[in-house]
Amino acid sequence: MLAYEAIRHDVLVIGAGGAGLRAAIEASAEGASVGVVCKSLLGKAHTVMAEGGIAAAMANVDERDNWRVHFSDTMRGGQYVNNWRMAELHAKEAPERIRELEAWGALFDRTGDGRILQRHFGGHRYARLVHVGDRTGLEMIRTLQDHGIHRGIEFYMEFTVCALLTEGNRVVGAVAYSREKGTFFVFQAKAVVLATGGIGRSYRITSNSWECTGDGLALAYRAGAELADMEFVQFHPTGMVWPPSVAGLLVTESVRGEGGVLRNNQGRRFMFDDIPEAYRAQTADNEEEGWRYTQGDRNARRPPELVTRDHVARCIVREIKEGRGSPHGGVFLDIAWIREKIPNSAEHIKRKLPSMYDQFLKLAGIDITKVPMEVGPTTHYMMGGIRVDGDSQVSSVEGLFAAGECAAGLHGANRLGGNSLSDLLVFGRRAGLYAAQFARQAQWVEADQNQVHAVIAHAVEPFERAAAHPADSPYRILEELRELMQNLVGIVRTGEEMTQALDGLAKFKERALRVGVVGNRFYNPGWHTSLDLDNQLIVSEAVCRAALTRSESRGAHYRLDYPNKDVRWGHINLVVRRADDGMAVVERPLPEMPQELKAIIEEMK
Amino acid sequence: MIPSTATFLIWRGDAQGGAFQEYRIGISEGMVVLDAVHRIQAEQDNTLAVRWNCKAGKCGSCAAEVNGRPRLMCMTRLGDLALDRPVTLEPMRTFPLLRDLVTDVSWNFRTKLAIQPLRTRPADAPDGTWRMMQRDVDRPQEFRKCIECFLCQDVCHVLRDHRLFDRYIGPRLLVYTAQLEMNPIDAADRLGDLKDLHGIGYCNITKCCTTVCPEEIKITDNAIIPLKERLVDAFYDPLTRLARALGLRG
Repeated sequence: MLAYEAIRHDVLVIGAGGAGLRAAIEASAEGASVGVVCKSLLGKAHTVMAEGGIAAAMANVDERDNWRVHFSDTMRGGQYVNNWRMAELHAKEAPERIRELEAWGALFDRTGDGRILQRHFGGHRYARLVHVGDRTGLEMIRTLQDHGIHRGIEFYMEFTVCALLTEGNRVVGAVAYSREKGTFFVFQAKAVVLATGGIGRSYRITSNSWECTGDGLALAYRAGAELADMEFVQFHPTGMVWPPSVAGLLVTESVRGEGGVLRNNQGRRFMFDDIPEAYRAQTADNEEEGWRYTQGDRNARRPPELVTRDHVARCIVREIKEGRGSPHGGVFLDIAWIREKIPNSAEHIKRKLPSMYDQFLKLAGIDITKVPMEVGPTTHYMMGGIRVDGDSQVSSVEGLFAAGECAAGLHGANRLGGNSLSDLLVFGRRAGLYAAQFARQAQWVEADQNQVHAVIAHAVEPFERAAAHPADSPYRILEELRELMQNLVGIVRTGEEMTQALDGLAKFKERALRVGVVGNRFYNPGWHTSLDLDNQLIVSEAVCRAALTRSESRGAHYRLDYPNKDVRWGHINLVVRRADDGMAVVERPLPEMPQELKAIIEEMK
Repeated sequence: MIPSTATFLIWRGDAQGGAFQEYRIGISEGMVVLDAVHRIQAEQDNTLAVRWNCKAGKCGSCAAEVNGRPRLMCMTRLGDLALDRPVTLEPMRTFPLLRDLVTDVSWNFRTKLAIQPLRTRPADAPDGTWRMMQRDVDRPQEFRKCIECFLCQDVCHVLRDHRLFDRYIGPRLLVYTAQLEMNPIDAADRLGDLKDLHGIGYCNITKCCTTVCPEEIKITDNAIIPLKERLVDAFYDPLTRLARALGLRG
């Protein structure tokens, strides 16, 4: 039995992106002793990559905006399978979370009269996204970090959690290891908040950082918690396609928000050819009107490039498949064209989209103020995740909370741009608040030493296997897994392909049992990868099984064999949980929406 | 056209010592140094330690010394390096080595704690918010572009050569301080700390930090020199000194 260090906190937060930091700050403010465990250094989490902005109906730019419009936009974008309570709370509380960030030091871009500026984004009726150029995520994470470090929170940087510890249906802590040193830690906690982010690294083409291996989902699943909406994976329409080494890297939606247009190789703005029914009334029918909208004309309607991401991604796939793509297998995204409209357009673009300008110049040798970019869809965001209570963010396991991308509900079948950062703030805070309240009234439950021993023994197994017999490489399996998910459970799905994917996943699971690593436990990436792989296999299987079960197309989930929306499925969430004989997928009817919220949706149609 | 293979000399070792090891790999167009490290890690040695996150120049995790120059590995294209000879990759030399390309940068996080956090002045509007003009936030926004890669700390001779970690906070944390000092809603006074505790006087404006900043922040000109000027005004200008002594101005 390997030695471990024992640590105790009232509330243990796993993950230090926007949601984890916001949860930790709130729990600490409630008087709880708080520990934050994170896989990277502080301030490096995937939140740092968020570009466009934080959605909040502050009405600074357009006084017609309010929480009711934001609520209905979010529900429409999610195709009405969202957790309506979360959508309501999110729309109501986001503005206060923004003001709080400013009081903690965030410096957002300003309006002419010195208030916080807001910009247009896909699916949002009014200019709603609070931002700093195209580096909003950095502003948010740094603000939370610099505020959080003075709140008496303990940070455990470069730690990975192997498993949650449970007693019956109650979480009592977690076993983790230090990535730097390879030593083990047992955290005893009254409440645990999962804020581990997304799952994008299980796909070959992704905008996600290495951390997004679905750890929180897998930890919760193994602890007996329910996952929901796992079939809804967002493919962002615009990722880089060239050069190959940066394929998938995000090209922010703000490019389109600032007037960028999508064209095929015939120069056609193909988004005008297929505007979805739900957005027709809100969408411009000519190029001139679309341009005026991006420049703040309040009487103009949005250009079709700014309808929801699921739809834009599918249109791009169609253009590419039908031979109208760009030389490297994408389509053209052109912001340079605005030189026809704006004097000094190069300076304008550099000021509005500094990171994009840099990214293309440095990584692709392309000056976006002069020539169009080539873009294609990239795996971007997980709408599904741990099923939680809308108010408290508690999961189906007592004492276990979840917030941010690893939790499900707010976004339904498709997330609107900008709603992720606000999600982190609103529900990070709520998770921290309710976790601290839970901890205040809960008794300590000592961790079961047998569980602890089993977790640690399992974690070091790959070293023993390498010594015992010829072992499989975690990198090889991972590469094949990412290829499989990309090809068989991607943007366009069929039952046949997903059945094939399940067979493939079963084989990977067997091979994962034979993964071996060499060297010692001191900062050993081979070992880390072998442990991440277990999580990625669980999450990939959950995505695949849920997607196979939902026999319709809705939001980000598109089935070639069921291309239409089905009214029956519109009332159902799919829940994935551990069963005696493997992974179970069950249908859960959506709870009835209160009359008051229904009326809002009707009114905004 | 870039060649189809490249050779890398990568520092392998830990606090006890180490040596360069040679790796030869196939390369393709557009690859960055971090891609090469990942390829070596996946195909030749799973234990090769490297710290990275976003691979997009946004998180600042993969700072290292490429051919002796402090760079982000994710933003350094192989096509921009001379590949007719081996590319050397070393960890940042200013910080203690953990393993291979990974250093212990925790000093930066600990030292930041010693800098007074934001203390807000009263709000401007009844709803508890402030009014700030874009021109007033332009400068601190420049500093807030910092991704904390610590390349500026790595290259600063006060830290790298003179090892004054207990007397000087280094360019990154001076930028951090400048950003707080220039935040229009901040009411704290950090000038005394800058002079007495944080060693701003050790900076002799060689501007090495500015040269390596991947965010192109004008560290010396826009952050450090203005702080030095404020400090001179506050402590060495007779009238201001008097006012300060009387508690009339922070």
